[in-house]
Amino acid sequence: MIQLALSDEILMAVDKPARYIGNEWNMVKKDLNDVDIRFVLCFPDVYEIGMSHLGIQILYDMFNKRGDVYCERVYSPWPDLHKIMKEKRIPLFSLETQQPVKTADFLGITIQYEMCYTNILQILDLSDIPFFAKERAQGDPIVIGGGPCVYNPEPLADFFDLFYIGEGETSYDALFDLYKEMKAEGRSRDEFLFAAAKIPGIYVPSLYKTDYKEDGTIASFGPVREGVPVKIKKQVVTDLSGSVYPTKPLVPFIKATQDRVVLEIQRGCIRGCRFCQAGMIYRPNREKNIEVLKAYASEMLKNTGHEEISLSSLSSSDYTDLKELVSFLIDHFKKDGVNISLPSLRIDAFSLDVMSKVQDIRKSSLTFAPEAGSQRMRDVINKGLTEEVILDGAGLAFEGGWQKVKLYFMLGLPTETTEDMQAIAELANKIAVRYYEIPKERRNGKCQITISTSFFVPKPFTPFQWAGMYDRDSYLARAKVVNDAVKAQLNRKSIKYNWHEADVTVLEGILARGDRRIGQALLRVYEKGGIFDSWTEFFDRERWLEAFEECGIDLDFYTTRARSFDEILPWDFIDAGVSKAFLIREWERAMEAKVTPNCRIKCSACGGMQYKGGVCYENKNKI
Amino acid sequence: MKIRIKFKKYGVMKFIGHLDMMRYFQKAVRRAGIDIAYSEGFSPHQVMSFAAPLGVGVTSDGEYLDIEVKTTKSSAESISALNSAMVEGVEVVSYIKLEDHAKTAMSVVAAADYYLYGKSGSELTLTLSELQAKLREFYEEQAEIPITKKTKKGEKTMDLKRLIYEFSVSEQDRLPVFFLKVCTGSTDNVKPQLVLEAFYKFLGFTFEEALFQIHRLEVYAADENGGFRPLGEMGEEIE
Repeated sequence: MIQLALSDEILMAVDKPARYIGNEWNMVKKDLNDVDIRFVLCFPDVYEIGMSHLGIQILYDMFNKRGDVYCERVYSPWPDLHKIMKEKRIPLFSLETQQPVKTADFLGITIQYEMCYTNILQILDLSDIPFFAKERAQGDPIVIGGGPCVYNPEPLADFFDLFYIGEGETSYDALFDLYKEMKAEGRSRDEFLFAAAKIPGIYVPSLYKTDYKEDGTIASFGPVREGVPVKIKKQVVTDLSGSVYPTKPLVPFIKATQDRVVLEIQRGCIRGCRFCQAGMIYRPNREKNIEVLKAYASEMLKNTGHEEISLSSLSSSDYTDLKELVSFLIDHFKKDGVNISLPSLRIDAFSLDVMSKVQDIRKSSLTFAPEAGSQRMRDVINKGLTEEVILDGAGLAFEGGWQKVKLYFMLGLPTETTEDMQAIAELANKIAVRYYEIPKERRNGKCQITISTSFFVPKPFTPFQWAGMYDRDSYLARAKVVNDAVKAQLNRKSIKYNWHEADVTVLEGILARGDRRIGQALLRVYEKGGIFDSWTEFFDRERWLEAFEECGIDLDFYTTRARSFDEILPWDFIDAGVSKAFLIREWERAMEAKVTPNCRIKCSACGGMQYKGGVCYENKNKI
Repeated sequence: MKIRIKFKKYGVMKFIGHLDMMRYFQKAVRRAGIDIAYSEGFSPHQVMSFAAPLGVGVTSDGEYLDIEVKTTKSSAESISALNSAMVEGVEVVSYIKLEDHAKTAMSVVAAADYYLYGKSGSELTLTLSELQAKLREFYEEQAEIPITKKTKKGEKTMDLKRLIYEFSVSEQDRLPVFFLKVCTGSTDNVKPQLVLEAFYKFLGFTFEEALFQIHRLEVYAADENGGFRPLGEMGEEIE
């Protein structure tokens, strides 16, 4: 049996030692003598969150299918262990081999949300890998980043050797082949990075340079060497049904956030909500073949022993064969005690019927995400949901026995007025009114309506990427408008209102649309003790503000300032599939509160068609 | 049909706590294709119960769980199916059929055997014979061994002596190895480290749990003659 990196004494002293021992069911074991490349895959957050991430499971499976690669995992040590590792100078290790991360060929970090950036620095620090890519030596691992946040990698540019832009399924083989070849030839780190820069989707930040204007905006951005591509093209899997999928996913011992089989039914979304980055960067929408999904479901339940299966997609209701798939899951697995969970479903007669079969109505709540309270605002964000649809859905649900409703909204959207904010409370009230229309004898006491609002953060490659944000006080003032409006409603006793803190919103805004100058401040935050900033109990606003001030970074420049269409944005060198012309058209339509039809109704020529697959080509051969 | 499964837990699996072991077995039983029975109700769960929780950090040769199955294969086939669904560090060693009216392992647990192996650093200044003499003095010559135990409601004084059924010490590579048979179960559960704490206090030392590897050997039910019978000897092999 394997020798653990941590002593019994340490493991007995920390919370949840199972986070650090590996050995999970379906963990891949290989002999280090049989592999050429050791790739440590990292999710920079606590184990229970990282283990729940589908992307990691896909890459782990795909990399390990190669005989010459050993993909190992590492997650962020919780602050209790972090302290011990720092004090005792214990190097960070992978779960599989329990060997130091520093001894691997690659350290691949998935970057899913901005507030994990300090945890990336923690990983580098505990691994004893120099923070800055330019300070790394021949024997240090190649540090590569991927995931949604790399659609603007610039705030992290100094800390990474490479970024992989797009879906991992396409270019990693070429990268591994190149590495193996150059390693055998004894070529240098720089030679490898230069050669890697030519692989589609690979961005080598050290080979690019930014110049700034006096006003702080970008004057020019481009390669510093001949032969390095000017644009990096997002990588997309064209045939998702035929692509690799982990049919033997890892099964953790401790309860992870996602303790179930996850069946990815499609990638991308046909809807085109203008605030939503996922809806843009995962274009074109591609569905997986239903027969493939049925086979995966059976195989994965058998291979894991999980008692629950969940469908994963941005908008499950848009999956063409959803009814057939859900009936299949219920008919085949319900009798074996398997729960079926169906997130992101539109509320209608079909979904309510399905939900009444798979969950306990009395205990479960229904979720609506209108995102905005007024019809005008919903048209601005292109959320094609009408009040009528929401009220009909709620009405059907109430008649069916539900009494708990959760409503999700955003505040701080472009063009938002006081009336739009108040409309959130009014919509909740109308839903409550709908409930009390049911005769008393058929009701089950009061209804419970919970409103949650988050503050909108503009993201790269969305039509709102040019929008100005608000400062912290204005955000909180917006939440107060909603709170006051809730209190003024007739059914206020049936409505509960929660709003998110505004501090993190402002920081997310800086990191999401920041440039290379932000990196130095990130390092300051880490040096001041910032880790697990996505956890409210560890987040410290002062630490961030001090760091920005010390680095001379003007928060308003990155947050409240609206950008113009001709400004060079830090992420403009990426070709994310959606064209700038399309994003500008969508911004303009937003200002006119005009809805754009979804991809299945009418093509809006976003640019996604270049990937030669998915919804763009549906029905094309059937005429 | 009631089934009792015996398994070993060793290596890194000692860091997996009781609740997580239950979750582990729920999934493993499904992977192994055991035709387990489910409870009635809206969210059915497997009919499964563990004999006696094992603390985090403790290894064992004698862990038990009871399940109810609708149908079953032979003991040998079931053991093999289960072991093909186990991670390294958990090994199923027996699978027996209980009588239909048999009480659950959990409700009949009465005693357990433990070894406490001293690790490097646990060496004592006493020789083995001195230690054995002290142990006799502590365990055999005292009429009572009163200790205070912290509970949820505060502190409770109890007599440890009547709950210790066997206690001895030997040596391995100059390190102490203690053997204990203690009362186990829901009413008077004695953790072996509690006994060692009391004994070390009696010696004028402090017991440091980190310097010992605790290993459970076997778990017993009380038999008709006032003795103990291993939980794994209360049913029959399935041919």
